[in-house]
Amino acid sequence: MREVAIIGVGMNKWGELWEKSINDIFVEAALEAIDDAGVDHLDAMYVGCMSGGLFNGQEHLASLLSDYLGMGPIPATRVESACASGGLAVKSAIIEVMSGNAEIVLAGGVEKMTDVSGDQATYALATAADQEYEVYQGVTFPGLYAMMARAHMHKYGTTRKQLAAVAVKNHDNGSLNPLAQFPQKVTLDEVMNSVMVADPLRILDCSPITDGAAAIIVCSLETAKKISKKPIVKVIGLGHATDSIALHSRSDLTSLNAVKLAGERAYKMAGKTPADIDLVEVHDCFTIAEIIVTEALGFFEPGKGGPAAESGQTARDGKIPVNTSGGLKSKGHPVGATGVAQVIEVVKQLRGEAGKRQIEKARIGMTQNMGGSGGSSVVHILEKI
Amino acid sequence: MSVPAYRRAMPQRYRYEAGKCKSCGKIFFPPRLICDACKSREFETITLNREGVVKTYTVIHVAPSQFVDQAPYAIGVVELKDGVSLLTQIVDCEFEDLKIGMPVRLEFRKISEDGKAGIIHYGYKCVPI
Ligand SMILES: [Zn+2]
Repeated sequence: MREVAIIGVGMNKWGELWEKSINDIFVEAALEAIDDAGVDHLDAMYVGCMSGGLFNGQEHLASLLSDYLGMGPIPATRVESACASGGLAVKSAIIEVMSGNAEIVLAGGVEKMTDVSGDQATYALATAADQEYEVYQGVTFPGLYAMMARAHMHKYGTTRKQLAAVAVKNHDNGSLNPLAQFPQKVTLDEVMNSVMVADPLRILDCSPITDGAAAIIVCSLETAKKISKKPIVKVIGLGHATDSIALHSRSDLTSLNAVKLAGERAYKMAGKTPADIDLVEVHDCFTIAEIIVTEALGFFEPGKGGPAAESGQTARDGKIPVNTSGGLKSKGHPVGATGVAQVIEVVKQLRGEAGKRQIEKARIGMTQNMGGSGGSSVVHILEKI
Repeated sequence: MSVPAYRRAMPQRYRYEAGKCKSCGKIFFPPRLICDACKSREFETITLNREGVVKTYTVIHVAPSQFVDQAPYAIGVVELKDGVSLLTQIVDCEFEDLKIGMPVRLEFRKISEDGKAGIIHYGYKCVPI
């Protein structure tokens, strides 16, 4: 197996991009990544997209986007694993380079979610849950995570205030990210008094509907050393695991086994432990998700994720900075692009390009991307060499 | 919802039919073709015990369009006496009385409908015992 590096990143400002098509936003991000890497061609491309069909009536995206990117006949593949589609595109590109099958590969992610009404978007997102035995009964995604939150509160004493602390922290980080959809800071009171969505989760506990794209360029470490003019970020660990889609089929409603397993695989491959990680971008689609994920990845004991968020251990100057980009919560959550954007934030941090949100001396970073209510998860560990 | 998709789930939604692994006894709802515990492919059809307890719950305030008229409504994960868990609405109950561990029973109810002329969706909801 060959060693792999990330040499280029690109993403546009996320939000309600009504003037642009799914092709436009993807190509913008991809061109920026290509320019950042300084490469003149691609050997292959992977695109993460959860549902071009339901959001845009467009499937066959890999070929379409390769064509619009001017890359014509390169092998292009679209991968789907709900909200973990982007992370899976990154994993796929890494493996292709690792295997020696291709030299320079683009991993991108895109979702254009505001071309449809809010209700149609809710329907499209709900297809990541079990249609016949969850969605049929009237549950929503906030509802599924609300049930995890309730179980977590019951078992560990996690509080409403601890959930809100996650949103406050991520919006604070997002206020320093010029590409974030909602860079506004929020207060504890604002989160705790915002509109109720699915008890105990309120609107400010939820990530938004977003249009956005992100792309990275992956190549062999050998090639990176020859062509890269920037600090080189090496891929040292990756992990990928699945779990039952239906929440009710899980033995424990307060943990996320796919995240735990994906994390363990990534740590093992990298030869690292949670103590070695300088920062992590996690899948905070809802505030409770960040708390449970930080536990599943071993940063905190089960049940300690809430107190850790409240006491500032996950802030930029805390024990483990979590979601310096603003996370899905503030940066936005164009589902298929999220996993790629997480990698971009870590690459920027490791290269020292994160501006006002820069974590000093960041050398090793981690990303964790998740599909549905935890039915899949992809984890990457990156190191600056 | 398509008629075939609706019709093929009737044994589960109307009659609580599940698959019990003939080798290790694990019960699957809905039924499956292979047991994830022992990999056996032999099952018998059984009827679920309709009583159980609430493992967790939420009250949905922002609902999908076909459930908007019902909002706010409670939904929970219920563990039945035979060990099978399922997700279902919790009805005939005040929200403030909802509790983890509360005993409930599945009842046959209307779930939703496809507009004025489409299929009426039936199935189970749970009520406090
Ligand atoms: Zn069995």
